[in-house]
Amino acid sequence: MSLAPPLLAVEGLTKSYGGIHAVRGVSFSLRAGEILALIGPNGAGKSTCFDMLNGQNRPDSGHVRLLGEETTGKKPRDIWRMGVGRTFQITATFATMTVRENVQVALISHGKQLFNLWGSAPDVDRGEAGRLLELVGMGGYADRPCGELAYGDLKRLELAVALANDPKLLLMDEPTAGMAPRERVELMRLTAQIAKEKSIGVLFTEHDMDVVFEHADRIIVLNRGTLIAEGSPAEVRGNPQVQAVYLGEGLLYEGGHREGASA
Amino acid sequence: MAFYVVQFLTGLASAASLFLVASGLSIIFGVTRIVNFAHGAFYMIGAYIAFTLTERFSGAFGFWGGVLAAALAVALIGVLVEMVLLRRIYHAPELFQLLGTFGLTLMVEDLVVLIWGPDDLVGRRAPGFKGAVDFFGQNIPSYDLFLIALGPVVLGILWLLFQRTRWGVLVRAATQDRDMVAALGVNQKWLFTSVFAVGVFLAALGGALQIPRDAVHHAMDLRIIVEVFVVVVIGGLGSIVGAFVAAVLVSELNAFGILIFPKISIILVFLVMAVVLIVRPWGLFGKPEAAARKTPGLTVNPWRPLTSNERLASLAAFVVAAMLPLFAGNYALTVGSEIAIFVIFAVSLHFLMSVGGLASFGHAAYFGLGAYGVAFLAKMAGLPMIVCLLLGPLLGCMGAAIFGFFAVQLSGVYFAMLTLAFAQIVWSIAFQWVSVTGGDNGILGVWPASWAASPSHFYWLALGVAALVTIALRIAVFSPFGYALRATRDSLLRSEAVGIDAKRVQWTAFVIAGTTAGIGGALFAYLKGSVFPDNLGISLSVDALVMVLLGGVETVSGAVIGAIVYKALNIWLVSQTDLSKLVLGGFIVLIVVVFPKGIVGMLEMLAQRRRKSSPPGSSLLAKPIESAE
Repeated sequence: MSLAPPLLAVEGLTKSYGGIHAVRGVSFSLRAGEILALIGPNGAGKSTCFDMLNGQNRPDSGHVRLLGEETTGKKPRDIWRMGVGRTFQITATFATMTVRENVQVALISHGKQLFNLWGSAPDVDRGEAGRLLELVGMGGYADRPCGELAYGDLKRLELAVALANDPKLLLMDEPTAGMAPRERVELMRLTAQIAKEKSIGVLFTEHDMDVVFEHADRIIVLNRGTLIAEGSPAEVRGNPQVQAVYLGEGLLYEGGHREGASA
Repeated sequence: MAFYVVQFLTGLASAASLFLVASGLSIIFGVTRIVNFAHGAFYMIGAYIAFTLTERFSGAFGFWGGVLAAALAVALIGVLVEMVLLRRIYHAPELFQLLGTFGLTLMVEDLVVLIWGPDDLVGRRAPGFKGAVDFFGQNIPSYDLFLIALGPVVLGILWLLFQRTRWGVLVRAATQDRDMVAALGVNQKWLFTSVFAVGVFLAALGGALQIPRDAVHHAMDLRIIVEVFVVVVIGGLGSIVGAFVAAVLVSELNAFGILIFPKISIILVFLVMAVVLIVRPWGLFGKPEAAARKTPGLTVNPWRPLTSNERLASLAAFVVAAMLPLFAGNYALTVGSEIAIFVIFAVSLHFLMSVGGLASFGHAAYFGLGAYGVAFLAKMAGLPMIVCLLLGPLLGCMGAAIFGFFAVQLSGVYFAMLTLAFAQIVWSIAFQWVSVTGGDNGILGVWPASWAASPSHFYWLALGVAALVTIALRIAVFSPFGYALRATRDSLLRSEAVGIDAKRVQWTAFVIAGTTAGIGGALFAYLKGSVFPDNLGISLSVDALVMVLLGGVETVSGAVIGAIVYKALNIWLVSQTDLSKLVLGGFIVLIVVVFPKGIVGMLEMLAQRRRKSSPPGSSLLAKPIESAE
């Protein structure tokens, strides 16, 4: 192990609303190229945790460091500039622009051309936008209005947009929510492949345990704001505490047999 | 002391009417999300009908019955308007309803003159409240005391209506989430209609109750609508209590402003509104507005730069326009210059409104500032025309930089209202700072230099500048900055997540739009040879909005077409008929109902339909669309 700081280091992250401790002393780290799943039942503090990582929410205490550099207290746009791409639980795209233009906006921002009033935007990084779209399998949709896309395609577009600044870290909030089962597998396989190729660290939250156990290198489990388990999919699956938390939801594998699947 | 108490009571009495009208507007907006510009018109019709009825029928019953009957009659008109007009445009692009209700207002202004004549009408006193009450040597009309009592009574009745009836519960629910109410099986159509009727009833009642205090005249709609907007915004859209408190606040500010700050009395109210909006953007009693759900299926054609054929066509149109002096007389050339100037004004607002999604209700402020800038430079510094034309718009630029900084912190209706407030502040300064601006008399004698003095030369100048400005803004739309601006309009969340500083981008757009409007204003000052406070008034701001909406807010070239059609039609109608507002208003309403995408939007739709009916179009359209669920 080298002494270089990990890609993402989270230390003692804490946030409370009124008297409720949404997140309490959560610490974990993430290496480049690693795919880490953040799971937990509803209300466990996943979203709060996530929002503190991407700058939407400020922790009461604790630190988030990207390659040793502090990100806590920074605005989302500044965190993006440090090399963090993200996708949303409910997709956020530029609905009146074409698919290619959506990617071009991110590329324009990355190239610090936002206040360029004379250039011709349709020609800015056209090739690069096309490559990113090809990468996520959306090459044929480049000229479509974004508002016309099916939901699964919007998710893929978001991935392409998130990759536009050559990120070191991808934050994906429920990347497969609202997708058909086949699409979920495809999207996660694609994400994993890109992450390995480009050595991007991926942190994602997810409700679908099929997706989690199949694609995560490592899993961390939150319950009532605290970290209760961390380890490989096999370790987490076998963890009695995790099973207790999830008991009744019927989402976990038991001894390799599925008890039930979410729709 | 007694004098101040009386002044305070007079303020309270004025608050009653204002509250009635404002609560109506607030209720309508809360449920239907329509900013009903025609609300002032309903107020005015209420006053006129009440005047007729109370003149016709004598006695106490005649008066009070007449007031009530007038309000009910106007409510009925409101129902008709809702069913015939508004129902068709609830799903039109945002602010399009504003255009429709504005068209109505125009029509009503001419209609009341047609029916009741242009003179002020003084109504009779209210039976039982004819005298005055002596208060330490000061007289208070007893009718004022009646109105003071009426305000809280109406507030109480509305409170009961909203808290204790099933209808009230539905209205409150719809104010919070109308989609959910519809999903629960409530007949939304009739809920909307009834809400509109109640709102209009309140407006008309407010108007009818004014007749013993004020003369009825055909411009009372615009005066009240601006005040009512202010009240509703200060109180918080959708809040009845807020409307009451704000109505009292605004009326008292008016009553005491005259005494304490006579120089800035008009500004006072707008200053308060601006401060409230900056500190509490959703008003004193309002709640932050939940983001409205986007109407599904409303996809916009992606914008693209002109093809080379379209560029040739535009060039040809420009050449034809440039040849106008060869066959047109001086009058036509002056009209042509004015249209060219308004094209500049419209494209500048379009940049902010269509590209940036920021609909300014006070864009004339920057047009007027440009005009005043030129007037100051030409009259006071005696600078030559070219220098004035280059430096004058900087005043618009500065105004936009200052006001825009605050305005872009808000969005939607609140942005619109804050820009309106700023424009009114600038207007008040121009109106009241007589020693510098000449006040109502304006600044005269701003004549062009000899090289631009002849109508044809000035026309070429205006046309050339208009073409340059239009091209420059078009380039900006398709520049990286234009993309960033559209990105902030489409999704703040996503733009922030790709590193865009949305406020800074929007502020920059505001300054660009303001400066461009200032260029138009600078030319306008030379065209008219004078500058007046009207050059930055509300009606000019509304003109700009109408031009953009008329052309098609979702198109790139709509503003140009909208400006030409609106301005030409306007000038032509004024020269042809005394009922120009009626015709123009009718035309606007027709456009809204029949072509809700504006003129250019409609043309694009037609072109697209033709393309689709011809042999299989682009290969993309033929591709099967994978659906998610």
